[in-house]
Amino acid sequence: MRRFLRPGHDPVRERLKRDLFQFNKTVEHGFPHQPSALGYSPFLRLMAIGTRSGAIKLYGAPGVEFMGLHEENNTVMQIHFIPDQCQLVTLLDDNSLHLWSLKQHGGTSELCEEHRFTLKGPPGSPPSATQVTAVLPHSSREVLYLGTESGNIFVVELPSFRVLEDRTITPEAVLQRIPEDNCNRRSCELVEALREHPKNPDQILIGYSRGLIVLWDLQNNKATHHFLGSQQLENLYWQRDGNKFISCHYDGSYTQWPVSSDNRQSEPLENTVPYGPFPCKAISKIYWQTTKNGLPYIIFQGGMPRASYGDRHSISVIHGSQQTAFDFTSRVIDFFIIFSSDLAAEFDDPSALVVLAEEELVVIDLKSAGWPAVHPPYLASLHCSAITCSHHVSNIPLKLWERIISAGSKQNIHYSTMPWPIDGGTNIAPDPPQRDLLLTGHEDGTVRFWDASGVCLHLLYKLSTVRVFLTDADPNDNMNTLGEDEWPPLRKVGTFDPYSDDPRLGIQKIYLCKYSGYLAVAGTAGQVLVMELNDEDAEHVVDHAEADLLQDQEGYRWKGHEKLKTRDGPVRFEAGFQPFVLVQCQPPAVVTSLALHSEWKLVAFGTSHGFGLFDHQQKRLVFVKCTLHPSDQLALEGPLSRVKSLKKSLRQSFRRIRRSRVSSRKRRGGGGNASEVQEANAKFDQDTLQEMELAPVQRKIEARSAEDSFTGFVRTLYFADTFLRDSSRHCPSLWAGTNGGTVYAFCLRVPPAERRMDEPVRAEQAKEIQLMHRAPVVGILVLDGHSTPLPEPLEVAHDLSKSPDMQGSHQLLVVSEEQFKVFTLPKVSSKLKLKLTALEGCRVRKVTVANFGSCKTDDYSENDLAVLTNLGDIQIISLPFLKLQIRYPCIRKEDVSGIASCVFTKYGQGFYLISPSEFERFSLSTKWLVEPRCIVDMPEVTSNNHVHKSGTENAARIS
Amino acid sequence: EFRRFSLERSKPGKFEEFYGLLQHVHKIPNVDVLVGYTDIHGDLLPINNDDNYHKAVSTANPLLRIFIQRKEDADYSAFGTDTMTRKKNVLSNVLRPDNHKKKPHIVISMPQDFRPVSSIIDVDILPETHRRVRLYKYGTDKPLGFYIRDGSSVRVTPHGLEKVPGIFISRLVPGGLAQSTGLLAVNDEVLEVNGIEVSGKSLDQVTDMMIANSRNLIITVRPANQRNNVVRNSRTSGSSGQSTESSLPSSAPNILGSLLQGEEESDEEDIIIEDSGEPQQIPKAAPTSESIESLSQIELLHESTQNGFLPSSEMNLNHSAGSINMEYEVPEPGRKSLEEDGTIITL
Repeated sequence: MRRFLRPGHDPVRERLKRDLFQFNKTVEHGFPHQPSALGYSPFLRLMAIGTRSGAIKLYGAPGVEFMGLHEENNTVMQIHFIPDQCQLVTLLDDNSLHLWSLKQHGGTSELCEEHRFTLKGPPGSPPSATQVTAVLPHSSREVLYLGTESGNIFVVELPSFRVLEDRTITPEAVLQRIPEDNCNRRSCELVEALREHPKNPDQILIGYSRGLIVLWDLQNNKATHHFLGSQQLENLYWQRDGNKFISCHYDGSYTQWPVSSDNRQSEPLENTVPYGPFPCKAISKIYWQTTKNGLPYIIFQGGMPRASYGDRHSISVIHGSQQTAFDFTSRVIDFFIIFSSDLAAEFDDPSALVVLAEEELVVIDLKSAGWPAVHPPYLASLHCSAITCSHHVSNIPLKLWERIISAGSKQNIHYSTMPWPIDGGTNIAPDPPQRDLLLTGHEDGTVRFWDASGVCLHLLYKLSTVRVFLTDADPNDNMNTLGEDEWPPLRKVGTFDPYSDDPRLGIQKIYLCKYSGYLAVAGTAGQVLVMELNDEDAEHVVDHAEADLLQDQEGYRWKGHEKLKTRDGPVRFEAGFQPFVLVQCQPPAVVTSLALHSEWKLVAFGTSHGFGLFDHQQKRLVFVKCTLHPSDQLALEGPLSRVKSLKKSLRQSFRRIRRSRVSSRKRRGGGGNASEVQEANAKFDQDTLQEMELAPVQRKIEARSAEDSFTGFVRTLYFADTFLRDSSRHCPSLWAGTNGGTVYAFCLRVPPAERRMDEPVRAEQAKEIQLMHRAPVVGILVLDGHSTPLPEPLEVAHDLSKSPDMQGSHQLLVVSEEQFKVFTLPKVSSKLKLKLTALEGCRVRKVTVANFGSCKTDDYSENDLAVLTNLGDIQIISLPFLKLQIRYPCIRKEDVSGIASCVFTKYGQGFYLISPSEFERFSLSTKWLVEPRCIVDMPEVTSNNHVHKSGTENAARIS
Repeated sequence: EFRRFSLERSKPGKFEEFYGLLQHVHKIPNVDVLVGYTDIHGDLLPINNDDNYHKAVSTANPLLRIFIQRKEDADYSAFGTDTMTRKKNVLSNVLRPDNHKKKPHIVISMPQDFRPVSSIIDVDILPETHRRVRLYKYGTDKPLGFYIRDGSSVRVTPHGLEKVPGIFISRLVPGGLAQSTGLLAVNDEVLEVNGIEVSGKSLDQVTDMMIANSRNLIITVRPANQRNNVVRNSRTSGSSGQSTESSLPSSAPNILGSLLQGEEESDEEDIIIEDSGEPQQIPKAAPTSESIESLSQIELLHESTQNGFLPSSEMNLNHSAGSINMEYEVPEPGRKSLEEDGTIITL
């Protein structure tokens, strides 16, 4: 009777669904894509990163994270925290200013936008009059000084953003007190830097682009000092005592200037070109930090000799005789120094240098000898080599967890032991419910193990498969070792390295058994490695085996890449996962599916030609099965013919990107010509429309046939102990599903443990199912007599799962891209099905069984299928009745790489890439939710660490 | 003369063997004969190759009526042309033998592999401006052969004329199924695919839906050329006002949907090869009581069609000298693994 009950009409079920399912995007892991600005509040000990898409992200102590998004999606140019406040101001590339606040709400802090403001000049003035170039939040917390391209400095009140017109500092006012023979109106064009005097808040230092620097008295509204630099100015920095400041210049020089009360026009104390004498690149930012021992730290960005090192992205640190130029693999966006924020302290005593590069965050410990890097607990560069696949393992046993951490800690000895210096805010999220691992495979042949239990995605351990193979670049020669007398003293820092030695090393499939510590990884050139966790370094020979997947098929020629060459003799492996056997598929096509059964000690692998089973205990190939259709020329010849189409599609997508850039590019400060822009946009839209009309997109409607390309492509492999032959005896079995809608089932005979080494494992094909609709098989699953999915290997042995019910009849679930179908076992007859594509026009991209617990009662949980479709929707489908429970839009359907990268966890969460470097984490469950919960309290402003004088008479003085 | 004999349903063998068997049973070893059978619609269909012979055996419920004519006095019009009438006169879905009609028969050739390839359906519930076309895809010999594209069409709405996005047929492949039916043309707007409206769906979604349904594709189109529409007198009286596309009866998709539910099963059966190497269709694991019920239904219908037209056909055949009429029984074992229950619905 149950069959006739319609879903959605049962109020009990509806209520239960509300207790089970809920969709949330909870947190973004990894490194922000295209960062464009950096800010830091020594008061809150929080760091802010802005991106080109208009996002701002705040980070403090591990677990303390906030995110905000500007509506306009414009590039964030500058971020400034308001001194001693939970507020910050952002400047976007459309010249708008935004005020953000951290507000407490329901026990946690939230980041919200409070105000926005765009500076408007008098009617008719050019846009440059109000184009903001420098922002200074005054320590009074009441006003913001905005330097502009025109040389005017506007004063706006906070938080209202009201322009105080009478306090505007015009170039005319500045030039009044300066002898005319030294400078003219043009000297005051474009304000490059604004700096408040560290001791006297009534004085600000104004640096103009052409080199003129003026000390301005806010009380009396006049320039008290001026300094004439001969070079184009890049930036300014006050020394702690306020008696000197330092300026850095376009020609790679920096200059120290004294500020004395008697002399209104000063000569520079010292002018240095650190990497001279040949022409150098600009120093764009400089810090001068005092220390107790008298030797200052001079830290600056750039300044490299133009001809030989002009392409380097460097930050130099000079401390006495020590000098290092930290060399980054990507452009430096900005940096800051963490130093003593105690105003009463006599010295800066810098502790850490924090550098935001385009692709990673690097923190250097300035207190330890040798200035080692600090291992960041978050903002990991997931893409230090491009991610090629990911695999999630839930609920890792403590033992394995500790062993992986210990292996990882041996790799991290070169890191500083300094505690993470950016530690503002308090993480109040409960401890993660379980230990979860996210494994990412990379193009350079590495597998990275991430702690994905909580909000901070943290690298635990990195495994490299490169050592097994002979590659052009020998991993032993270190390219970074430089001689003692090398000049400039460059030192490579960071992990971002997008260049792969050999794309064939790329990892395509990963399978980790969390109970036994066996790991199988498979790659682009048909290599399958089986590894075991070893706590010690070891040197051993990796056994080899070849699996000829074409078997007796004659006359085929593989035109794709060759297999990787292996190293002869023993290879030294560091502690961690160490390969002991390599199975090489022939032809060496990319491995498309992988399954490992650690109890039976078998590994199954599939490519576009077929699949094979390998006994890794006896190190013997059990069988191979060719799935190739004789007419499938494309699969035979390798990826050559596909390269062309890939190139074409790449070209097209680039064209699309370029086009969208054109349309979205805004004219800087285009206040006066908005209509012009609009017109241009309209014209552009028209053009694209016309273009569309000329070449309409067509889609061919053709049934799939057995002769289609890549029908033999093995999409899924699955081990199950089930009733394959008859209903009285169950046996181990291997199931494989292909792109052409074929399912193969093999009956396996695994000798008992005591004779495991003596007798061979045998396999025999028992069944072959051809789905009539011929859609690719993306998932195979066997349900036991209670309609529960069979447990993982060794799960029962570790008492973590009930034994499957072997009494009742088992069922086989085959998920194709188009349909879900349940068959009876052992006689395969179709029982029920759910058509997806025929009814909704969407296809299954990813499918996993997930366990959903009720948020109301602890004792209820159920297994459902979590499905991601090609439209980016997530659907939850019940087992075993295949009823759609709920549907959530998750990923944009145009985001093909996002959809392709999605992985589900066993407990209803998931990850997908929102950029090459960031995973979005989402949750479908009401019970398992990992999201940041944190609070930022206003630190107490005490008398001895802050001395404030406000710019206005009636402002409260804190003393 | 009538003969009754049994054949094993699961192993019908080859047509040649069967032909020999017939000649043997009737003791006419050297006489050339035409073999025909009645399908469940009561149509007289030829058996002249392996394919239609297997089809004939598989449709036996459980009896298969076979008609044998001497070749020289064969009446070709008895065969095959039935589909033509169905195509031309859609309302005559009511089964009737075409040999009632007295018309000069032009023998083109014997249809080698007799099966429907396309049809216009649901004319009684659709507005005249729409056409619901069913394409039957067999094997891989002929491609469906058409392309679709995005476009926009003008709709009549309460606010006047409005431009809305739509899906259109953009190209027909020469020699493809779509072109050969003559029922679909370039620029026809696609409104539904197997009962599901395409409005709001992307081109890719509609493509996927069509491909997923390609073995039994039913598309509802608004032909670009509206001049070929059949003027249906029966409908002009009451419901001619319904002829604009916006007033498509909302119940129609539901009806179609329910129809399809049964219908589509017929062509969806997966094939399983057990280790013995014998391919077979996967039977439905539905409760047996149900299938028996439907089975008995077929038998009843079968009876009625027999009463309806077969006698006349027999008479017709009996006119020709030397014609032989016989029935034979296909043994039972395959009864529960009823393979094609879908055809019931078309009746």
